[in-house]
Amino acid sequence: MGIGLYGLLITRNLIKLVIVLQVLVKMALLALVAAGYATGQVNLGQSLAVTVLVADTVVAVIGLALAVQVRQRLGTLDVTQLSELRK
Amino acid sequence: MLVYVALMVGAAVCAAQAVRAQKLLASVLWLAGVSVLLSIVFYLMGAAQIAVIELSVGAGLITVLFVFAISLAGDEGLEAPPIVPRSIAGLLVAFAVALLGLQILPFPAVEQAGATAPFAEVLWQERGLDVLVQLVLIFVGVVGVLGLIGHPQEAADELEEIEGGISDVVSHEYSPAGRPEPDGHRPLRPVDYPQPD
Repeated sequence: MGIGLYGLLITRNLIKLVIVLQVLVKMALLALVAAGYATGQVNLGQSLAVTVLVADTVVAVIGLALAVQVRQRLGTLDVTQLSELRK
Repeated sequence: MLVYVALMVGAAVCAAQAVRAQKLLASVLWLAGVSVLLSIVFYLMGAAQIAVIELSVGAGLITVLFVFAISLAGDEGLEAPPIVPRSIAGLLVAFAVALLGLQILPFPAVEQAGATAPFAEVLWQERGLDVLVQLVLIFVGVVGVLGLIGHPQEAADELEEIEGGISDVVSHEYSPAGRPEPDGHRPLRPVDYPQPD
C-alpha cells in the first residue's frame, strides 16, 4: 500500500498514474480477502473483492480513455502541464 | 507461512518496479506480475473465484488495455522531477503506514465464523445490491468510454451523409405527386427505370 501511495505522490505521467492506482487497489483487494480469511468468511471477502475489482477496472478503462484523448488533443501526458492549461 | 511471505515479497518487489520503471510498457508488465502473484495468494487462502477473476481481469484484460493505450498515446517516460520531492513523499508515506500500523497492530483475536454460505449464495443473495452497483458501474464505464473515444462530429457528418443519401433515393424513386397526402397516405407511383439500349 505504501508503494502505491508513494507512486501516486511522485508520478507525473497520466498513464503511469493509472498503473500506480492499480497497485494501490490491489493491496485493498488483498486486505479484503485476508480479512475474510482471518475471520473464516472467505466468501464474503471474495464478494466484496469482486465489487472492488469491477470498480477498479472501470476506473482504469475510463482513465486510459481519458489519457489517450488528452494525448491526442493536447500532445502531453504530463499532469503539471495539464494543470497549467487553466491559467 | 513461508510461501505466503515469499509471494508477498515478490508482489512488493513487482509493485516497486512498476512504480520505478521509466518505460510504461515495463511498468505494465510488472503490474501484471503483481496480479499473478496476488492471484496465487488468493488461491492459497481458499478464495479460488476471486483468484481466477484477478488472473483473467487483472493480469489479462487490464494488461491488454494498457498496452493498447500505450500504443495509441506513446511510451514516453517523463524525465522531469516529481511534483512532490521524493524525500517528502517518502516521509508522508512512512507517516501514513505508521498510523495504519498503530490502528491495526497487534491483530485482535477474531472469532472464526461457523459454516458459511457458498460464494454464489453470498454474491447473489446477501450482496445482491453490490451486483446491481457493479452493473451500473459497467454501464457507466461503457458510456464514459464511448463518450471519450467516440468522435461526435464525425458521427454527425456520417449521419448527415446517410440521411442525404436516403432523401436522394426517395426523391428519385417518387415523383413529386407521390408525396404524402395530408391524411398521411402515400400513393405509390410507377418508377421509370432507365431501359437498356
